[in-house]
Amino acid sequence: MAAGRTLGAQQMRALIRKHKRLDALFGLLGLLALMVGVLTLAALFAGMAIDGIPRLTGDFFTSFPSRRAGQAGILSAWVGSILVMLVTAFFAVPVGIYGAIYLEEYARKNWFTDVIEINITNLAGVPSIVYGLLALGLFVYTFGLGQSILSAGLTLALLILPIVIVTTREALRAIPVHVREGAYACGASQWQVVHDHLLPYGLPGILTGVIIGMARAIGETAPIITIGALTFIAFLPPVPFSGEPPAGVLDWLFSPFTVMPIQIFNWTSRPDPAFHQNAAAASFVLVFMTLGMNGLAIWLRYRLRKNIKW
Amino acid sequence: MTATSTTPQRIQMADQALTGEARLAQMARTKVRRKRREKVIELVLLAAACVSVLTTVGIVYVLLKESLVFFSQVPLWTFLTDTQWTPLFSDAHFGIMVLLSGTLTSSTVALLVAIPLGTIIAIYLSEFAGHKTRETLKPVLELLSGVPTIIYGYFALLFVTPLLQKLFPELPGFNVLSAGLVMGVMIIPYVSSLSEDAMRAVPMSLREGSYAMGATRFQTAVKVVVPAALSGIASAYILGISRAVGETMILAVAAGMQPNLSFNPMEPAATITSYIVQVALGDLPHGSVGYQTIFAAGLMLMLLTLLFNLVGYWMRRRYREVY
Repeated sequence: MAAGRTLGAQQMRALIRKHKRLDALFGLLGLLALMVGVLTLAALFAGMAIDGIPRLTGDFFTSFPSRRAGQAGILSAWVGSILVMLVTAFFAVPVGIYGAIYLEEYARKNWFTDVIEINITNLAGVPSIVYGLLALGLFVYTFGLGQSILSAGLTLALLILPIVIVTTREALRAIPVHVREGAYACGASQWQVVHDHLLPYGLPGILTGVIIGMARAIGETAPIITIGALTFIAFLPPVPFSGEPPAGVLDWLFSPFTVMPIQIFNWTSRPDPAFHQNAAAASFVLVFMTLGMNGLAIWLRYRLRKNIKW
Repeated sequence: MTATSTTPQRIQMADQALTGEARLAQMARTKVRRKRREKVIELVLLAAACVSVLTTVGIVYVLLKESLVFFSQVPLWTFLTDTQWTPLFSDAHFGIMVLLSGTLTSSTVALLVAIPLGTIIAIYLSEFAGHKTRETLKPVLELLSGVPTIIYGYFALLFVTPLLQKLFPELPGFNVLSAGLVMGVMIIPYVSSLSEDAMRAVPMSLREGSYAMGATRFQTAVKVVVPAALSGIASAYILGISRAVGETMILAVAAGMQPNLSFNPMEPAATITSYIVQVALGDLPHGSVGYQTIFAAGLMLMLLTLLFNLVGYWMRRRYREVY
């Protein structure tokens, strides 16, 4: 390695030793770097558990927020989160999957397809708060949907659309071409190939993408704050069929709401430490939800990668 | 692709009575119907694919529309050069520099954590770790990016800041340092996982060549694998930078929201993103100047991300290696 110079055996051995030591040192450094991440995660959980778990009683889930920290709960927050997620899934899942099918199976190679593809890549990099501004200008004021569950659900649907599209495309791409050729050879039309063969085979991968997207959506705070979700909500959206007959079923879509992350934000930004315990408890619930979903997706991916052999 | 030469079983059974001309006519009708149905489905799928384009158009439209109104009241030059940001006071100043300084400071702190650690982790996972270590540690690391950012905000404010205050007693309760550090840890998986993918895509023959020359793993990693994977690593860095610039909640919670033209991470500061949150939390009437500032700030943010993406695109092309 030393150019143009002959080394004695002694020096050579010293050089080898030095490089081997460097090698081992870097291995150690790598482990240390990994530990920074793992320890942060551990500290995060430990801190939350210590502060939060004493507050995790049944009452916490069935009470509205309150001025008194000891009586406050997350009822309106978790109900709001679930309703917003329903709206998000209702829009993002079909639009994302259909869009991906178009790009992967139907699209011809032309400039328009290129535009869509580049666009999806770029959208994935747009900061989430910009989606909030889009929703504020478009859904809330131009379309007049107000600061409602519908606006929030649509915003998050647009936000996770790139995730759903990209993972669905990957799932479809992983299906070998002979599955398609076999179906075509039996006289199937293109939609029959997609619907009867590709979707069932791709389903696990698509599901993984949808779960990851939803896990991302449930933890998003910034876009929902931007459209003006209230931080203090002491009522639930109207139950279907309780209002006037024609519109009553969907009244909840237009109701003001709060979601878990916003409740946490509200409690965290109060100076009183008693509220911080509430924030810890609510964070615990939220982390449990998102990491549970993420874990499920990771498990699904690893398991399926092992099982499917073409 | 439509089935032109095959006869669906169904038709054959139902129409056994039909023969000759009648049967051919029926088959033709079925075929037309089927073609029409396929066309409709394709259009529906195309419409779904176009939603993403419409989203971009919507973002650009909304940001430009509201910003134009804003810039008709506040000249662009003042916006770029004023050194105060007090849009909600009666003596209003709109100097975006103040918010930009917060964004740049916090992003710098975050990237000083995320880029070195992320790169080391990527090299370690790709070149040093055994199969088993990699398969167990990688998912754990990915969980880091799955934690909602609001929870990182809580963690930065109530866990990291008190810890840092033991080191630096004069550190204020809201500061950019702790928010930036936590942000950095959050960004690690974005950097490490893309970089690792890039390194793993480097052909084995290159490593084998290096090992055959007597290089150690470290030498191979630093002198062969990293240069070969540079374009992928660059995209990983760019992704990390965009995440840092666009990050909102950690800063809104832990960095305070006081506009502060300073690059000192030990002070509180407002960033472009946390300013938008601050305004959204208040009760600004639709159409007021304060309401329009957040769109101007958002436009600034979009331009910043766009700039980094362009740099990334250029770097990917510049350093691309083809095998």
